[in-house]
Amino acid sequence: MNRIYLDHASTTPMRPEVLEAMLPFLKGEYGNPSSIYGEGREARKALDRARDRIATILGASPREIIFTSGGSEADNLAIKGAAFALRDRGNHIITSAIEHHAVYNTCRYLEKHGFRITVLPVDSYGLVDPSAVAAALTPETILVSIMHANNEIGTIQPIAEISKILKERKILFHTDAVQTVGHIPVNVQELGVDLLSLSAHKFYGPKGVGALYVRRGVRLDPLIHGGAQEHNRRAGTENVAGIVGMAEALVLAASEMDKEIERQQELRDKLITGIMESIPHTRLNGHPKKRLPGNVNVCFEFIEGESLLLNLDMQGIAASSGSACTSGSLEPSHVLLALGLPHEIAHGSLRLTLGRGTSAADIDNVLEALPGIVDRLRQMSPLYDADAFCKTH
Amino acid sequence: MYSEKVMDHFTNPRNVGEIPDADGVGTEGNAVCGDIMKLWIKVEDGRIVDARFKTFGCGAAIATSSMITELVKGKTIEEALQISNTAVAEALDGLPPVKMHCSNLAADALRKAIDDYLAKQKGAEDNNG
Repeated sequence: MNRIYLDHASTTPMRPEVLEAMLPFLKGEYGNPSSIYGEGREARKALDRARDRIATILGASPREIIFTSGGSEADNLAIKGAAFALRDRGNHIITSAIEHHAVYNTCRYLEKHGFRITVLPVDSYGLVDPSAVAAALTPETILVSIMHANNEIGTIQPIAEISKILKERKILFHTDAVQTVGHIPVNVQELGVDLLSLSAHKFYGPKGVGALYVRRGVRLDPLIHGGAQEHNRRAGTENVAGIVGMAEALVLAASEMDKEIERQQELRDKLITGIMESIPHTRLNGHPKKRLPGNVNVCFEFIEGESLLLNLDMQGIAASSGSACTSGSLEPSHVLLALGLPHEIAHGSLRLTLGRGTSAADIDNVLEALPGIVDRLRQMSPLYDADAFCKTH
Repeated sequence: MYSEKVMDHFTNPRNVGEIPDADGVGTEGNAVCGDIMKLWIKVEDGRIVDARFKTFGCGAAIATSSMITELVKGKTIEEALQISNTAVAEALDGLPPVKMHCSNLAADALRKAIDDYLAKQKGAEDNNG
């Protein structure tokens, strides 16, 4: 059976060109970039080139890029690193209610170490209000962390607006850009952020590698202590092959970005419209316009997400849900709850995230399969009374 | 993560639906947790002759619901009361650990349906007496 992969926000297939770029460093080129002899110098050259390429695309200078093991480490380094380095200035951190767990749980951890965390609410589209950020600032505020775009509902935050407010007050601003880098334009100067996290496997690069942009002059305590790698900010021999692959993936993503945005947006809107028209009692989660080009997130009332995913999987469609059963916890997605959705509706969410391999035929196939699956589960649901709805709606 | 039996009962659930003239109805679970099961039973001469269900929930919730309708048919009320949530899970060749607590409600729903039946019986006797 032909599989249709619609979970690109979770991970993406690595591009063959990326593998090609990585292979020399997994085979012959085994040098340690910190060594002074020939083998080491070759590895150093590859590392420097990758850093240059990534910095250029982000509008940063190479020294401002720190390589990490991925997005979660980048988020941890940004938040814990800044918090502990700036402890003498204050103990207050502001974040939002819809952050990725890598940010959310890092902030919760800092609470145990004496930091005070303000969690800003979002509106029904998942947007943070910049004036709410301004209102939450105190003389003790040392850091604000608001994600660029949300991984579940795709809502894109007004980062540049928020950064204007924070610049005046000289408060550090971190953004988790794991969902946006390689997908929509991300320029650290235009966004005005001091810290920005990214992850290679979200843009067709390898897993296990990411980076943190750290604006020049920003103080940061390292998480990993050891050698002098990454300007003493992240010890450990660099993942040369992974870093080379990440740079290659980012360059490729940037070169086809405009075209892909347009193409995916069209498919996304076709999918959203098709679902809303063919399946009653459905709501779109996230902002209709300010959303990632490849993100679709809907809630089907009266059914539960995991049953939906199992049925889709049996028809060859890979997707995800914010239901409790798919998260391994008893609570549905904190993002959907932050939008104000009741629990029973949040349990019935479906996220379909498109990618560069998604075709118009894939979208047609999903639109053909989905109504039948939803109807079958609704017929089985004690919450759904089709006759009553026919009479009243 | 699910056993073949669970997937079988999830894919082809037995006895989905309602019994309009049921002798007992029980509902267990809540929407907050994401699992609600409603079970209808028909009782003749102290034996459960039919059972049907409707469930809002994950794969495990639907499979356990389906399984219990199979298990109770033909059983006396006393026998049916002996069926535990664990027994339902075992009949399905087990459930993933996280599902044992939240999605394994079928025996509780059955107990409520039997309570409902017994209460109705008692009401009828009282009225007759």
